[in-house]
Amino acid sequence: MPLKTQVMVSFYQDSVILMRVAAQLRTLPDVREVAMFMGTPANHALLEQVGLATDTGRQAGPNDLIITVDANDDGVAADAIAAARTQLLETRKAREESSEFRPRSLESALQAMPGASLVSLSIPGPYVKDEALSALRHNRHLFIFSDNVPVEDEVQIKREAQRRGLLCMGPDQGTAYLGGKGLGFANVVKRGRVGCVAASGTGLQAVVSRLDALGEGVSHAIGVGGRDLSEAVGGLMALQALDALAADRETQAIVLISKPPHPSVLARVIDKMATIAKPIVVCCIGAAPGAAAANRLVWVETLDQAADAVVALLAGRTWQAARFSDGKQLAAQWARLDKPEAFAGRQILGLYTGGTLAYETGHLLQQALGADHPHRILDLGDDEYTIGRPHPMIDPRVRTEMIVKAGGDAAVGVMLLDLVLGLGANENPAESLVSAVHEARRIAADNGGRIAFLASILGTAGDPQGLESQTAQLHEAGIHLFATNADAARCAAMLVKPQLQAAWMNRECP
Amino acid sequence: MKIVDLPADDLQVVNIGLESFAQDLRDQGVVVVQLDWRPPAGGNARMAALLASLEDDDDDEAS
Amino acid sequence: MSIKQANQEAIRRIEEGNAMWIDLRLACDVVPGMEDHTVLHAGPPVGWENMCGPMRGAVIGACMFEGWASTPEEAIALAASGTLRFDSSHHHRAIGPMSGIITPSMQVNVVRNERFGLDTFSTLYMGTGKVLRHGAYDETVMAKLRWMNHELAPLLKAALQHAGGIDIMALVAQAVQMGDEMHNRNKASNPLLITQLAPHLVAVGERAQVIEALKFIDNAGHFILNMVMAGCKGILDAASGIADSTIVTAIARNGYETGIRVSGTGDRWFTAPAPQIKGVFFPGYGPDDANPDMGDSAITETLGLGSLAMAGAPAVVQYVGGTPEFAIETTMNMFEITVAESKTLKMPNLNFRGTPLGIDIRKVVKTGITPVINTGISCKRAGVGQIGAGLTAVPIACFEKALEAFATARAV
Repeated sequence: MPLKTQVMVSFYQDSVILMRVAAQLRTLPDVREVAMFMGTPANHALLEQVGLATDTGRQAGPNDLIITVDANDDGVAADAIAAARTQLLETRKAREESSEFRPRSLESALQAMPGASLVSLSIPGPYVKDEALSALRHNRHLFIFSDNVPVEDEVQIKREAQRRGLLCMGPDQGTAYLGGKGLGFANVVKRGRVGCVAASGTGLQAVVSRLDALGEGVSHAIGVGGRDLSEAVGGLMALQALDALAADRETQAIVLISKPPHPSVLARVIDKMATIAKPIVVCCIGAAPGAAAANRLVWVETLDQAADAVVALLAGRTWQAARFSDGKQLAAQWARLDKPEAFAGRQILGLYTGGTLAYETGHLLQQALGADHPHRILDLGDDEYTIGRPHPMIDPRVRTEMIVKAGGDAAVGVMLLDLVLGLGANENPAESLVSAVHEARRIAADNGGRIAFLASILGTAGDPQGLESQTAQLHEAGIHLFATNADAARCAAMLVKPQLQAAWMNRECP
Repeated sequence: MKIVDLPADDLQVVNIGLESFAQDLRDQGVVVVQLDWRPPAGGNARMAALLASLEDDDDDEAS
Repeated sequence: MSIKQANQEAIRRIEEGNAMWIDLRLACDVVPGMEDHTVLHAGPPVGWENMCGPMRGAVIGACMFEGWASTPEEAIALAASGTLRFDSSHHHRAIGPMSGIITPSMQVNVVRNERFGLDTFSTLYMGTGKVLRHGAYDETVMAKLRWMNHELAPLLKAALQHAGGIDIMALVAQAVQMGDEMHNRNKASNPLLITQLAPHLVAVGERAQVIEALKFIDNAGHFILNMVMAGCKGILDAASGIADSTIVTAIARNGYETGIRVSGTGDRWFTAPAPQIKGVFFPGYGPDDANPDMGDSAITETLGLGSLAMAGAPAVVQYVGGTPEFAIETTMNMFEITVAESKTLKMPNLNFRGTPLGIDIRKVVKTGITPVINTGISCKRAGVGQIGAGLTAVPIACFEKALEAFATARAV
């Protein structure tokens, strides 16, 4: 059957709402595929790419909504489109009827709320620059969740922010904390004395969650966007953030979290840090301190170590890297593994919703296994997997499908997973993960194989999903839970390379 | 380069984009105004660029 | 000057302006450029060949009133021959609702913006239904036209002189707080005008004359509209020609095109095809009979009255359609495209918030929100008159063209 399209003119909706409706429609019988996109140039290109572009759809402008359905017959397609329209119109009507005032422009928003200190942007990347500069001209800080912002735009925005002494937290920044309030994907953590500068989302979440568990709190966590420490952007915001935290009375120690920065940028950052009197922990997962590293800087390799180190510094203790984050828990999990030797030489597959967690695992496995043992660590939040689909922290479907598929892949022996809780994330991520694992395990068993499922939970006692219940669900499903992502990765390495187990555990664990 | 004055405790936010973010902020007791955003100038890139070049700056002082 | 400063200057001049209705005079004596065979019309310039039915009807009626033709056929031939000199009223400090036709022998209101010494002119309002401005020209219309110009005008002139003028904007400020929006709802302002005029009419006129005049003004319902329109124009004209200002100084329609003028680009018109009007029709008429949007009366919207003040005049929805919630929503949307709020025109049910003032072409183009207009609907055939009322908007193309021209001018 040919594709059926309807265009709703001048009907702008945000991408999450559209994907939610599309996902519901896909479950209808005889509906093969549903595409709901605004008619922006990028979306038109995407529709062409995936074979869902139609002549009707091509007429749509950026402010028009394209609904395209691929179904087994015309009637089904028409019904699906009608259902989509109804749902969207009802949503809009409900919103209009609620007396919540929704301004159409930043000017009128600021008139309605002159005390606004921050503008949060999560609109398509090409539109970010104009809105961001507008916010800066009105002397407001920025939080930019949007990605696909051209690097020239990012540099222009950050230079303007720098000139005015304002924050530009992003683009492509998933998490930040200001004055105890979380922006974007944020775990519920205590307010306290640790300040963070993060070119990372889940990396920041991991550090502040562990701090919370250790009884420490966050003064401010300034996200600078994933690209800030690149050569092109040159650490513009990171340097700004370090100065801000140095001057902030609440902040007594600082943690820098990122993937390895460009060497020239790292050097600049280190120079800046040398001017700051407060204790500083540097976690650039894999970046090594240069020869001229300041003595006061504490370099750590993993995210959990960043939290541990700053806690120690604040208590006036020296911090020493240990082999494992929680050797006891790891030993306990190891003991529960049925015939661990069966996993020697098997492949590790990491399916991650958190980008920095995936990176951390990749780094540790590269170090431990090198070229010896094949492993694939995927960041499912990457563009490749999120075109036309929500982020996996919101919608677990993509990961669920890949877990089940891996169940039928005889090469895969060990699966590494993360489970991220907090504001903005899925309300019960354990549920779909558990059912996917059951299914994958069953398929593997049918083929006479076995998969070990290793995971860690990124969450706090205060998170809305309920840390205890999420933990219990994973336990009951026979998923091996580790205190940290790093420990889970290490366990995976030991499983596929038994020499490591001998080297690491016989020395470390009771 | 001006040192950033980090916002005082009473965070108030204008949310432009995903509505879920506004709700998450309100759940933390933050006052939020949700913008009814759509692409400027109805998506007409040329008009949008023209508008950007004619925008007011809070630095402009009345004579 | 920055655009922001220029706009602030425009608003300042608007707020300093006033509108005193001071006199009735013959158009040929006071309207600049009103020469023989001149026919001024509403909206941006338009020629006979493109004039819509009702405007042609009004031209026919005016030609017969002037004595340039004795039949409609002669009038049409005269118009088609090129003998008549057509021009926008706006170019001559004049203004008129619907077809807005003004010719030399017509009596016109003189309204003065005292602070800026600026006089503007409009004819007397004929009433509703089968009237000249909606394109009707039968004998009842002609008789009324003659009575208004030869009998009513001299009486009003004498009364105005006796009163020393009437402050129109003071009336408007009161009426806005009484639920009027001054374009389609004048239920308070018209009676207020009568209250002001009555003692002076009685002082200068004969009993029968005065009774006839008072009844006429009351029945007309919107008699004050033409003075309000002239007043709005005088106030806005004083804010025109401020380089770098993006504030709209006129919105006007001729039934063929809608045009706007912007302070920073002076007298230039930016036009687009006149849109259809969505509304409610009198019995026996429907959308197929309707003429596109027409008239200079959108000058009220330009100054923050009319649909911009709709939130304070929710009863107007009974006339133009919609709900009271829609009335509020309309005004809230209009705040998105304006730069200020009136210091004198307040809406009690919005906590006495001032009406949206100073339409900024940048905000219109950015948001896509165009000024809504409450308006009457003419029959598209000449000779019939008004057939309904409703809502329309100013085409976005007008603002886009204006923005381009403004940017080009500024770049120089």
